[in-house]
Amino acid sequence: MSIDWTTYCASGLHDELIGPSGGARSAGRALIRHLSELGCEEIGIRQQAADLAIKVMGVTFTVYHQEDGSIDRAWPLDIIPRIISAKEWNKIAAGLIQRVAALNHFIDDVYHAQRIVKDKVFPQQIIASSKNFRPNCVGISPPNGCWAHICGSDLVRDKDGTVYVLEDNLRVPSGVSYMIENRQVVKRVLPELFENTAILSVDDYPAQLHDMLAALSPRREGLPEIVVLTPGIYNSAYFEHSYLARQMGCELVEGRDLAVHEDDCVYMQTIDGWTRVDVIYRRIDDDFLDPESFRADSSLGVPGLMRAWAKGNVALANAPGAGVADDKLVYTYVPDMIRYYLDEDPILPNVPSWRCAEPKELEHVLLHLDSLVVKPVDGSGGYGMLMGPTASQRERSQFAAQLRAAPRDFIAQPVITLSTVPTFIDARIEPRHVDLRPFILSGPKTYVTTGGLTRVALREGSLVVNSSQGGGSKDTWIVDTET
Amino acid sequence: MLSRVAENVYWLARYLERAENTARLVNVNTNLLLDLPLEYRPGWLPLIDITGNRDLFDAREKRSEEREIVHFLIADLENPGSILASLRSARENARTLRDVLPNEVWEHLNELFMEIKEALPAALNKRTRFQFLQHIIRGMQTLTGELEGTMSRSDAFTVLMLGRNLERADMTSRIIDVRSAQRLPADAPELATFDTIQWMNLLKSISGYQMYRLSQRTRVSRSAVLEFVLRDRKFPRACLYCLNEAEYFLRALPRSAGVLGSLEAARAFLEEATLETLDQPGLHEHIDQLQLHIIVVHEGIARTYFPPRAASAIQSQAQMPSDARQKMSAVAEIPARSMQTS
Repeated sequence: MSIDWTTYCASGLHDELIGPSGGARSAGRALIRHLSELGCEEIGIRQQAADLAIKVMGVTFTVYHQEDGSIDRAWPLDIIPRIISAKEWNKIAAGLIQRVAALNHFIDDVYHAQRIVKDKVFPQQIIASSKNFRPNCVGISPPNGCWAHICGSDLVRDKDGTVYVLEDNLRVPSGVSYMIENRQVVKRVLPELFENTAILSVDDYPAQLHDMLAALSPRREGLPEIVVLTPGIYNSAYFEHSYLARQMGCELVEGRDLAVHEDDCVYMQTIDGWTRVDVIYRRIDDDFLDPESFRADSSLGVPGLMRAWAKGNVALANAPGAGVADDKLVYTYVPDMIRYYLDEDPILPNVPSWRCAEPKELEHVLLHLDSLVVKPVDGSGGYGMLMGPTASQRERSQFAAQLRAAPRDFIAQPVITLSTVPTFIDARIEPRHVDLRPFILSGPKTYVTTGGLTRVALREGSLVVNSSQGGGSKDTWIVDTET
Repeated sequence: MLSRVAENVYWLARYLERAENTARLVNVNTNLLLDLPLEYRPGWLPLIDITGNRDLFDAREKRSEEREIVHFLIADLENPGSILASLRSARENARTLRDVLPNEVWEHLNELFMEIKEALPAALNKRTRFQFLQHIIRGMQTLTGELEGTMSRSDAFTVLMLGRNLERADMTSRIIDVRSAQRLPADAPELATFDTIQWMNLLKSISGYQMYRLSQRTRVSRSAVLEFVLRDRKFPRACLYCLNEAEYFLRALPRSAGVLGSLEAARAFLEEATLETLDQPGLHEHIDQLQLHIIVVHEGIARTYFPPRAASAIQSQAQMPSDARQKMSAVAEIPARSMQTS
């Protein structure tokens, strides 16, 4: 069965591979030709091969209930890749580097002089009311003034083709391992395309991460002892924690493997006895990191860890307190931060947002609830938000009450009709909405992944891409069309 | 290497070895039963005792017929020693070790677990059981080969080999125990042929018949087989060989002096026994004692290298009077061995 691309594109959508007239966009030309040659039946066979490869490779994400005695679910990957031209990508990457630089300046400023507040660019009130502001980080200066070493920013493309930053994940962003594994699988099932197209590699990330972490070591002599700190096998991102530890060749530790001794240094328990740890890539939220400093009931963390970090005896990535900038209300100020700290114009725009914390904007939001998306400022995973246009009158009025009661906790944005990518659904190819999460590493130099993780909403018309809510993923190709 | 990782690697090795040997155990019993005169067939219940699961089996109110017992040994996830449960525990341990194990090993173990789970009906059907068990044994042998062939000789590998050899010594002794459960009357010369066939079957179940022939160059006899299976220094499934291997790997680990002492005691016990004078009950007693020695070695390893257990657990062991400890049947330890189950 051949594929008729002229009947493919739904009107009013921006598709990443197919133009409005049904022809392939230039970066995707080779792929579309290849898919047409394969036909749906053969694509189906290759999709099955990919599903099997994922099962056998054990690429999983964890769910919180058991079925058949297992908590793992096979990672959902649609084999038709999403393609971005290298030219466009270079601009996006520059925008991300700029953005993360400003965010790191901001976090460092928040925990020191708060110049940005004194210069009336950013309101003190937001810091005072932030759930992720950590008073015990005030005055601490991590190496190079860098707090958010690993950032995962979510990008979306609207129907007019503009790429926006939707949010910046500065606490423990996940997904990068799937980006790398997706490529491994797609290479196996669509090898012909890799022979004839200049697709930029994504495999470099673990080495870059390792170098960035190693540069943080407080001890100058010898090889630094780097560990990945995981909450354990029941965490939804455990696969990734173990994957990254393995790729970097360092220990994957849990809180119970570590202890802070009387010299305020961190040690891990090994068969030789206690061994000093220099750098911790922690995948545990601030709240659970150190029961002496944060939640006392946490058994995942390490008592005394904050003390060791504050004294500079161990490096933590990301630094505690970095989450203060992982707040959607703070997000609305990022363009201002770029101008303030870097004296540059933002390369990538924010999605236009209304700050419910400001009375005038709140009134606007309440009047236009039926056309807006309202999001909790510290939410993730697509939970706790209101999709105005599809919500019932009752849901909207309930939400309005919540907004009035706690306006600081919400922002509102227009509905972005995410761009689509051809996706293999029930033996046919149909458009499905996608977003993109690139990862940015900040160290002596800044590194941006080649592309990132493309997430796709598998249900028709759905804009929810989270894997916890039925989303899938795609390999992301940055293709150099100039050569 | 992290203490917690050491513990998980150790149990991974033990569970893999246990799954394989339980398959061998079921195979040998199937063959033994077929080769005995009807009136002397002891049935399947002895296997429950030998694998140390009598209490659990009784608690589950299972009937002591072949189908239920075989299901209990192969497929019952509530029985931590069953093949499927051992594989599941091996997989759960491997899942926490993905940063330590070669990727292919994880992929293969994962594949094998899913395959075996799907093929379970074949295990319960007498006609296809042999192939099913053979498939498991081969799968495990392949995994063993992959570990040997692709894993760096790191501390993790050392601990893996330690776990494998201790479990293998223990399981080989249990396989011999199947034979001790079969009591042919000594004064019936017409049954002598059956006796020989039984010992041959036992050798075959641990893939040792050919190697026995090469090393012993004599007809199959009880004392020669016992000598070979318990005390051969060259056959890799013989108990003494396994203990020697365990010692070799233990010496490569730091702080091993204390454990080496109890390993030495286990080996001395094995070497000093006069096997030919043991009657069947005596043999059973001897094997129980050997298993107790192996447990002491295990406890030493756990104390030296693994993360400390909760204080209360250590306390309750320390308070047990020593003579109770002597009498405690080896099989009663099985639940403790299974504490790593998922």
